[in-house]
Amino acid sequence: MAEANPQKVFAPWEDPNQAPLIRFEGVTKKFGTFTAVDNLNLDIYRGEFFALLGPSGCGKTTLMRMLAGFEDPTMGNIWLDDVDVAPIPPNKRPVNMMFQSYALFPHLTVWDNIAFGLKRSDMPQEQIGDRVQAMLRLTRLEQFAKRKPHQISGGQRQRVALARSLAKAPKLLLLDEPLGALDKKLRQETQFELMDIQEKTGTTFVIVTHDQEEAMTVATRVAVMDHGKLVQVATPAGIYETPNSVYVADFIGEVNIIEGAAAPMGDGKVDIAFAEGVEPIHATIGEPVTAGQKVFFAIRPEKIHVGREPDPTRANRIRGKVHDIAYLGNISTYRVELETGQMISAQMTNARRLSRRDFTWEDEVWLSWTDTAGVVLTR
Amino acid sequence: MNLRRLTLILVPYLWLMGFFLVPFLIVVKIALSDTAIAIPPYWPVLDLSAGWTGIKEFFSELDFENFVFLTEDSLYWKSYLSSLQIASISTFLTLLVGYPIAYAMAQAPDEWRPTLMMLVILPFWTSFLIRVYSWVGIIANEGLLNQFLLWTGLISEPLQIMNTPTAVYIGIVYTYLPFMILPIYATLEKMDGSLIEAAVDLGCSRGKAFWLVTLPLSRPGMIAGCFLVFIPALGEFVIPSLLGGSQTLMIGKVLWEEFFSNRDWPVAAAVAVVLLMILVIPIMLFQRNQERQEEAGR
Amino acid sequence: MNRRMSWFNVTSLTLGFAFLYLPMLILIIYSFNSSKLVTVWAGFSTKWYGELLHNQQFLDAAWVTLRVGVMSSTAATVLGTMAAYVMVRGGRFFGRTLFSGMIYAPLVMPEVITGLSLLLLFIAIGLDRGIFTIVLAHTTFSMCYVSVVVSSRLMTFDRSLEEAALDLGCSPFDAFKSVTLPIITPAVISGWLLAFTLSLDDLVIASFASGPSSTTLPIKIFSAVRLGVSPEINALSTIMIGIVATGVITTSLISKNAIRRQRQEELEGTKQ
Repeated sequence: MAEANPQKVFAPWEDPNQAPLIRFEGVTKKFGTFTAVDNLNLDIYRGEFFALLGPSGCGKTTLMRMLAGFEDPTMGNIWLDDVDVAPIPPNKRPVNMMFQSYALFPHLTVWDNIAFGLKRSDMPQEQIGDRVQAMLRLTRLEQFAKRKPHQISGGQRQRVALARSLAKAPKLLLLDEPLGALDKKLRQETQFELMDIQEKTGTTFVIVTHDQEEAMTVATRVAVMDHGKLVQVATPAGIYETPNSVYVADFIGEVNIIEGAAAPMGDGKVDIAFAEGVEPIHATIGEPVTAGQKVFFAIRPEKIHVGREPDPTRANRIRGKVHDIAYLGNISTYRVELETGQMISAQMTNARRLSRRDFTWEDEVWLSWTDTAGVVLTR
Repeated sequence: MNLRRLTLILVPYLWLMGFFLVPFLIVVKIALSDTAIAIPPYWPVLDLSAGWTGIKEFFSELDFENFVFLTEDSLYWKSYLSSLQIASISTFLTLLVGYPIAYAMAQAPDEWRPTLMMLVILPFWTSFLIRVYSWVGIIANEGLLNQFLLWTGLISEPLQIMNTPTAVYIGIVYTYLPFMILPIYATLEKMDGSLIEAAVDLGCSRGKAFWLVTLPLSRPGMIAGCFLVFIPALGEFVIPSLLGGSQTLMIGKVLWEEFFSNRDWPVAAAVAVVLLMILVIPIMLFQRNQERQEEAGR
Repeated sequence: MNRRMSWFNVTSLTLGFAFLYLPMLILIIYSFNSSKLVTVWAGFSTKWYGELLHNQQFLDAAWVTLRVGVMSSTAATVLGTMAAYVMVRGGRFFGRTLFSGMIYAPLVMPEVITGLSLLLLFIAIGLDRGIFTIVLAHTTFSMCYVSVVVSSRLMTFDRSLEEAALDLGCSPFDAFKSVTLPIITPAVISGWLLAFTLSLDDLVIASFASGPSSTTLPIKIFSAVRLGVSPEINALSTIMIGIVATGVITTSLISKNAIRRQRQEELEGTKQ
């Protein structure tokens, strides 16, 4: 992390003097008996690229549609720049949205699609042309201005949708699964393009996605949602390295979860007994635990070292048998069965050529990790 | 904005109320009235100027006499039965004629299909009356068919087709054929061709595969097609009156004659009410079939 | 599935289409027969067309039919489009089930019942029967067909297009005018054509709803045909078939071309 130069770090959420651009205050949204968003509080700051991440049906899209004005909260308030947006209809909000289906008007050209919102603002006619041209340039679509949406490719359509929603220079841009319709390679390229454009325009972006990789790549902060509640709001690194719950740890990336009973050792250390007759796991706690409390030890596969011998420099060493190997080219994932029957995944970079690999199926191996490699979770 | 929404709902709503629901309630009311030699030719007439007693008197005069009459006069129940019979037989015949056509269309090369579709739909846009009329010149006693058959020597005397139920069958099959072909074609065209290949691969002959796979899978289309033919055929008027002659009894024709020739409005209205009650059953079954298909499609 | 057609399929198609088209073909051929006797061929002639053009009764009836068709199908298109919008986008309101029932019921209602009930209504409210009552009757049943055509288009219509328009600053009415309407226009046009055809074609309902001064073409044809085959009717039928065939074939060619052009453009688009 860039701690050497603290001025450059963009982290308004850590500055108590910063006023948020958007503030959700006790927002609840019910559809009949179903609660889509449940008493939710959240601040989003100017210039952020904020990601709402969660499985489908977790309420993230509802949250976004309330910002755009297509749904009204059942309870609570939404503030945009210190203004309560409840009475403002969608067509009057300084918020624009990029739709999942892009929602490009099929009967209008690319140019007219981008100019659509401008023509309905108080922008003078002669400036509209310049603004559209600027948007076309920003999204590298100049030569497609005269085409209709069905005459361009999927990636180009995505850029038209982006240009159209940015044209009115909204205070806030909402992106609903903006890359969902693109294939993987194009998606990765477009992610960087999105970040670039966000930086150039300085607009606050709120993106809804179910793709954790996408959220991690583009966002300054990620909010993980489940059943209408925020589970954790943190930077991508924070979410990955210090998840606050098993749900978040499990949702982002791969993880081994071992359940056990805590035995605090003082000095921020804890031992976790997870099976009879095996040495407990030595770990560092984030939040205080009591003796005998049920805890979950979460550790990422890449934090575990696999070797023929136990690694004496690491605090945890445990023996197992290789059950499965998934060779992925750059890395290999080993599924190791412990003597207690538990299955642990460990990842090693394939620095050596395959033919010189150390171990294979059914080999006995040692798994080692330090006492700070994993996190101890209480829920 | 709410006023706008209200207008949007109310205009078509009130139109349908006024020109569909209310007229139908009037039919029901007249069906319960008595025939009278007067203008209008029924009794009682609702007299609102007499106030509450007028309304009470009006309702006390209504009765089911006309419906009792329908059961007593054999003409009516015979024509209901004969309508049901003619509609059923011609629906079955339409299925027999339509299925092979729909099947062949679904098997045809992709580039032919839009043209074939257009050829099936085209007659639907042409006047119904003209299509029925076009058969008169063919099946009449001195018509082209009889001339041809006499010329070949297959028959020595002209066949009496005109003015028989056979003529009505021909008319219904001919005019309603597109309604049968299109839904069957739609289900057959959607069908995954590899299903037949899988059946053959698992040891079926082509014929057996058709019988065990294609036919059951096209059943929703067949059912839809049958209802689309049966329901309008039951109340058909033009075909029996142009091709059926006086011997063919169909309820649509009876209603027409009761109204225009006998000027017995209450009985005509009662005939209409009963016809509608008979139609409710197939219409509801059809609705269920469509809903089930929609659910399966999801 | 581009495999060769079996002889069975070829036979079904040939016989099927022969069955569908032969009667009309014979009708057309015999309209050029010079004999008054319809079943005897006596040489080529166009005299029945000439007589048709001088038959004032037919011309009057045709003019009535045309006026009724244009008026009723235009009214039916407006009402049917409104009804479709209410059905698909109206949300919940009191009596929605009744409303949708009234939209679908006329589609399956026997014409004799629709006609009878409307006639009884016109008499009950003391409305003189004439062109106006036929227009009312035709509007009522064809608006239901229009609404089915338009609502099936609206159902496949991506709702987010309307939301996008609102999001970009349109009022709801502006969004309907500048986004929804242009996109559903083809469905609205085919709804109009369908309503127009139904109106031109209708015999039963018009017979109930018309007065002595307002005879439509189908009523005229029906009373002529009841007496048997007439060469004049053959000529009239030929003209009507000709108009419909030209119309349908032209529109289908236009839309086919449009689709081909669109495909071509899409192909170019993806190549970029």
